[in-house]
Amino acid sequence: MFKRFNERWEVKKITDITELKKKAIDLRRDTLKMLTKAGSGHTGGSLSVIEIMALLYYQRMNIDNRDPRRKDRDKFILSKGHACPALYAILADLDFFPREELWTLRKLGSRLQGHPQLGLPGVEISSGSLGQGLSISVGMALADRMDDLNTRIYCLMGDGETNEGQVWEAAMTAAHYKLASLCGIIDCNKLQIDGRCCEVMNPGAHAKKWESFRWHVIEADGHDFKELQNAFDEAAAVLDRPQMIIAHTVKGKGISFIENQVAWHGIAPKKDELNKAFAELDKQRKALDG
Amino acid sequence: MDWGGKDKVSTRDGFGKALLELGETNKDVVVLSADLTESVRAHWFKEKFPERFISHGVAEQDMIGAAAGMALSGKVPFACTFGAFASGRAWDQVRISVAYMDLNVNIAGTHGGISVGADGATHQSLEEVTLMRVLPNMTVVVPGDAEEAFLATKQAAEMPHPVYLRLGREAAPMFKNNPGFTIGKASVMVPGDDLTIVVCGHMVLKAMAAAEELAKKNISARVINLHTPKPIDKETLIKAATETGAVLTVEEHAVAGGMGSAVAEVLVENRPVPMKLMGMKGKFGVSGEPDKLYEFFHLTERYIVEEAEKLIARK
Repeated sequence: MFKRFNERWEVKKITDITELKKKAIDLRRDTLKMLTKAGSGHTGGSLSVIEIMALLYYQRMNIDNRDPRRKDRDKFILSKGHACPALYAILADLDFFPREELWTLRKLGSRLQGHPQLGLPGVEISSGSLGQGLSISVGMALADRMDDLNTRIYCLMGDGETNEGQVWEAAMTAAHYKLASLCGIIDCNKLQIDGRCCEVMNPGAHAKKWESFRWHVIEADGHDFKELQNAFDEAAAVLDRPQMIIAHTVKGKGISFIENQVAWHGIAPKKDELNKAFAELDKQRKALDG
Repeated sequence: MDWGGKDKVSTRDGFGKALLELGETNKDVVVLSADLTESVRAHWFKEKFPERFISHGVAEQDMIGAAAGMALSGKVPFACTFGAFASGRAWDQVRISVAYMDLNVNIAGTHGGISVGADGATHQSLEEVTLMRVLPNMTVVVPGDAEEAFLATKQAAEMPHPVYLRLGREAAPMFKNNPGFTIGKASVMVPGDDLTIVVCGHMVLKAMAAAEELAKKNISARVINLHTPKPIDKETLIKAATETGAVLTVEEHAVAGGMGSAVAEVLVENRPVPMKLMGMKGKFGVSGEPDKLYEFFHLTERYIVEEAEKLIARK
């Protein structure tokens, strides 16, 4: 059972899948523009998380842009902090802070740090040192349960990130305390900085690992809104254990020359590349309108 | 706090008793422990407030992260384990999940210093002050007796910032006259004009005994209990350096980056005077009885007197 709140929540929900797809295109556009203006940043891993985050922010989470730290809000923990351009694009679109600030990413004096910092409205944690978000999510889930708050905590990690030992400590703790309000998502884009995950540090079978840690595991196409909806529905119905959605994604998703390219992990598009990318996104948008 | 007439109580006991009191007075206080619950004296809290106690297994990194998450959700967590693990094993978690976010996470590291004794080097943490004071937003407290540990714990809960408490394992003598305790404000334990001995933790009473010995030799030593190496009480230290002209620091901790280094950083910029830093120098601890270890590493009253005399000769 996924109990919802009776109170009015300030962020309007999008239920229509075509509308969500359009939103994803707009978010990719903002994400790429921010990165180009910044001149550096993490393009591949920001593009692979767009659908997952769009679904959570525009459809699933109870959040309040007038009171970002409202005690009974759902929480999105971006453990893979380097994907923050996607998070910033969403938070600005949802009026957590002025949209103009997007173009200050990574500049001196900006609240949009190269990796997220607590203080920017809507940002739940400072992250960037990998492996820490799931532990923080565990603490939030424990605290909210003590306070009888009916919240959901979503924690998004990278597949490379699960190399970190701390992730498995948190996996153990969340299961030990049967934290059913906690839903992890692994952005399984199969690439990390040094190359293909299976070559850099073969993680073995993600699903079996989490199952053996006593998590409820769901696999889904991380770019298919329908599959993601079903996955989050299934997760929300689990009451006795934490859930892990293994979202199969494409690094750099949506832009042909960025997709599946290891080199695009930590670089930003140049101006001409941005124009080419925009042209591709325009085409995708037209296809949806048509 | 009533210590039942005991003259020797460990600082970890002072911490544990404060947790018990905080459990009553602050419903947001929660305690996390990494499989060392009785050793860190969190068991009294656990018995009385089981619903606010989190057994965290031997998973210190996750424990620190979870404490941060609880603080973000409005709790006042105390994460407890041995100092070696709290400050070392989980350092990056403390750096990013706690200090960078500037959360009210209180970290209690017991078993600080060589006085841990028989367990040896792995468990005698000598680096916590160094590792913790380098972090922005972090407060570092080294209580000198159980009463100070009790008060430090209660004050830490009230501070909306991270605090690291360095606590000892051994039952240690209580101060006879407690000059009062406020985090961040150094305590002048003994007045004096010829030199200043700056000290913290279990070494405070040894320095006070050394000051008595020095008095017999007509040397008037001021003893300052610098229980808070960070934020450091510059005013008291500069005044002491100005008035006494020589500063000896004594700690049961690595000299590199420790309390003595913190004092030196203040004085070198404001009031340079001859200094000597006593503590652990480039060595790990070893197994042994605490008193024999103090002697082995030259951290007793006798060596403090010797170094004080040598230092005065340099004035």
